[in-house]
Amino acid sequence: MNSFIDSLLSMLSFTELPYSILVVVAILITGVHIFLLMALFATLAVYFERKVSAFMQDRLGPMEVGILGFKGGKKFWGGIGQTIADALKLLTTEDILPNDADKKLMIIAPFIIFMGALLTFIGIPFSEGFIISDFNIGIFYVVATSSVGVIGIILAGWSSNNKWSLYGAMRSAAQIISYEIPLGLSILLPVLVVGSLEMSEIVAWQAEHRWFILHSPFTFIAFFIFFISGLAETNRTPFDIPEAESELVAGWMTEYSGFRWAIFFLSEYASMLIICILSSVLFLGGWLSPMTIFNIFPDSWLFFDGPLWGVFWLFSKALFLIFVMMWFRWTFPRLRVDQLMHLCWKVFIPFALANLFFVAILELIFL
Amino acid sequence: MIIEDIAKLLKNKYSESIEYLEDANFIKVSANDWNDVALTIKNEDKLKFDYLMCISSYDCGDKKTYGVAYNFKSTSLNHYLEIRIEVTDEDSIHSVSSIWGSADWHEREAYDMMGIKFENHPNFKRILLADDWEGHPLRKDYDTPEYYRGMPVPKDKTYWE
Amino acid sequence: MSKQDKSIIKAEEMVLNMGPQHPSTHGVLRLKIRTDGEIVSKIDPIMGYLHRCFEKHCENLSYEQVVPFTDRCDYLASMHMNHAYSIAVEKMLNIELPERVEYIRVIVAELQRIASHLVACGVFGLDVGAITPFTWALRDRERILDLFEMLCGARLLYNYIWPGGVSHDLPPNFIQYTTEFLDYFEPMLKEFDDILTENMIFVERTADVGIITPEVGINFGVSGPTLRASGISHDLRKDEPYSIYNKFDFDVPIGKGLMGTVGDCWDRYWVRLREIDESVKILRQAIAQLPDGDVHEARPKKVRPPKGEVYSRYESARGDVGFYIISDGKNIPYRLKMRSPAFCNLSVFSEISEGWMMSDVITILGSLDIVLGEIDR
Repeated sequence: MNSFIDSLLSMLSFTELPYSILVVVAILITGVHIFLLMALFATLAVYFERKVSAFMQDRLGPMEVGILGFKGGKKFWGGIGQTIADALKLLTTEDILPNDADKKLMIIAPFIIFMGALLTFIGIPFSEGFIISDFNIGIFYVVATSSVGVIGIILAGWSSNNKWSLYGAMRSAAQIISYEIPLGLSILLPVLVVGSLEMSEIVAWQAEHRWFILHSPFTFIAFFIFFISGLAETNRTPFDIPEAESELVAGWMTEYSGFRWAIFFLSEYASMLIICILSSVLFLGGWLSPMTIFNIFPDSWLFFDGPLWGVFWLFSKALFLIFVMMWFRWTFPRLRVDQLMHLCWKVFIPFALANLFFVAILELIFL
Repeated sequence: MIIEDIAKLLKNKYSESIEYLEDANFIKVSANDWNDVALTIKNEDKLKFDYLMCISSYDCGDKKTYGVAYNFKSTSLNHYLEIRIEVTDEDSIHSVSSIWGSADWHEREAYDMMGIKFENHPNFKRILLADDWEGHPLRKDYDTPEYYRGMPVPKDKTYWE
Repeated sequence: MSKQDKSIIKAEEMVLNMGPQHPSTHGVLRLKIRTDGEIVSKIDPIMGYLHRCFEKHCENLSYEQVVPFTDRCDYLASMHMNHAYSIAVEKMLNIELPERVEYIRVIVAELQRIASHLVACGVFGLDVGAITPFTWALRDRERILDLFEMLCGARLLYNYIWPGGVSHDLPPNFIQYTTEFLDYFEPMLKEFDDILTENMIFVERTADVGIITPEVGINFGVSGPTLRASGISHDLRKDEPYSIYNKFDFDVPIGKGLMGTVGDCWDRYWVRLREIDESVKILRQAIAQLPDGDVHEARPKKVRPPKGEVYSRYESARGDVGFYIISDGKNIPYRLKMRSPAFCNLSVFSEISEGWMMSDVITILGSLDIVLGEIDR
């Protein structure tokens, strides 16, 4: 399968520059695009979240701010420009670094988290061939880089010189590191059945057989374990103990203001998108249309297939999962730290291990 | 039990410390025997006052004596009692916070507001005012201090005096 | 562990300050928490940030002028404060009130109880992390505050129940709007119940946490829903009915430990929810039996109680409010002491939260339902 870097390199090969400079140029172009995508997505996601939360709480959400005079209607899509206004405000807010805080660490922390999210996007597919770089260790790379963010969180909490931030950072570190295990174990199931770590191979397998979630009851359970562990990875409710508003003000982000805080926010929404896209690709068929759920239609009937339709299907599945994440946030209370740990170590990991065991046996028997 | 009978029962045990005037609805106890009287009130079969509702401090009017009023209720026998103790600035009252837990903070407030001292209290310091405040506000002869830690205390009393 | 071992592994206790400004301390309360990692070993509440010398002010005001000051003690249940004070003064003066005044007072007091419990339950959910039930509870409370605004012009501090009567009679459509509100509210309460009460995560956070045993409760003077959740059926409206509460038919919900132990945080929350049901019952009966009459006929021209003292108790939303008034024959009180229920409820906080984790401290504090205005006065 092609990837963006490959196609860019082939497009730019008409210039006679040496290969290394071409690679650097290709990387820069794609890097800028990814950053823009993250920023755009964060803008839309914040607006979406505010509207979703408002409608669940029997109120309207942002209604006043419009873009260039266009407000968007009185009943529903009122404040379309709200997030842009918020982003501009955050850019111009005073950047406060407390006196006793460790300034160097405090400045580095947001960038580490942001870097983790940005690096992960290199391996995330948007459709067939719409991937920055199609590693043959695709999923492994994604999981590895998405855990770089923990270091940033710990640094942020420690350097703020604030006992409450430290609490939040420690809890977050414990939570993220613990929940990586069920996440990884659930990812192993598709890898085991397909036999490859490459994203495109997994979706190709799903095109030939059926969506992975329906492969066996074990993968059905694995999907839920994966999704909930992903919730814990991104510190969303019911696992948002690190940023528990009512206890720790804003947890490890308390002392941050202005653009640095915006970077934290951006990377949180970016990692939400990463988890949702991963769930869709691994378990829900990625960029395949719903007509391939059971693979009962012959190939000539698949009208809504193709690279561009693939983007549409992938994003609608990912957006639905993001909606579910937001739905959870506004419905459930949050779990206490020890209950969180109990859930991970005593419930998810045994189930994930059992899943792996049984799917391996299933593969042996039926293959 | 009505209050005359309670007074009789207590007078049988502690005759000098109990004072009960006709038709009053409180019993006066002197500060010396208060600890024993309190234990009797809580544990005696016919009394069983286990719920201390309120401790109010009051100023007797002459600039020397200050009083404390305890309001009790028994949850099992469903009767009430009010006990008053009056002391001067030199004496102190034995704290009953080990007998009724609610007395802890109420006694601190009585000390804070009226200056009545309680001995054997586990955490005896001011509760509502700052720890280094001078004076006891609810005394009738209280005068607000001029300055508190360098900040002038406003003296505009045109609205109520 | 030998002494030598202890010196090698030195774990320090951290002293945390949950300062006067904090999203979760229900007002300006300072908590000094000594923790060992996440486990709390001792809590020292420091209050007095809202102390406004209420009792000293009352020694310079006439009896009628004290009523707005009682509003500001427990600002989330002002009607109850007014009512408690008026009952104390009327006891001293031996006034007989007309029926209509008593019924109006009961209607207003029960509406206030619903409003206060809605805040308590909503904020408790917010402390635990569920944000949506909080907004739903406040939305319904807005309708009650609209009713009060129709009645006396104020949304929060009413100055409505005066010694001897009420300040204004009911406006013409009040009963109709109240009935509409009650019809609208009962399904909303069921919705609130559905989202929060049996939610597994909520139950895990609150059941078996912060248990107040009946002995500890009575020893520390706890009252109100906090004590009833420990299984003790102790409601002043039934035990010593003041006003006309003996004419109404209602139950007193007590905690039964349905989801955990008797007296835990879940029980306290559940008792408050069931009390809202009972208040709706009382309201419907009171509206049905409301007589006509003149509300101003029993108001005394001069409030000058004879020499003596009175201790009157009242069941407010938070518990057992006591007013101890000493009068020396003048028209201003000689000494007025308000026994606030939240003061005693908070004194048990340090006892019941030892050994729990940091997040539980907030849960327990939320379940006690304190209002700093009446603790500090």
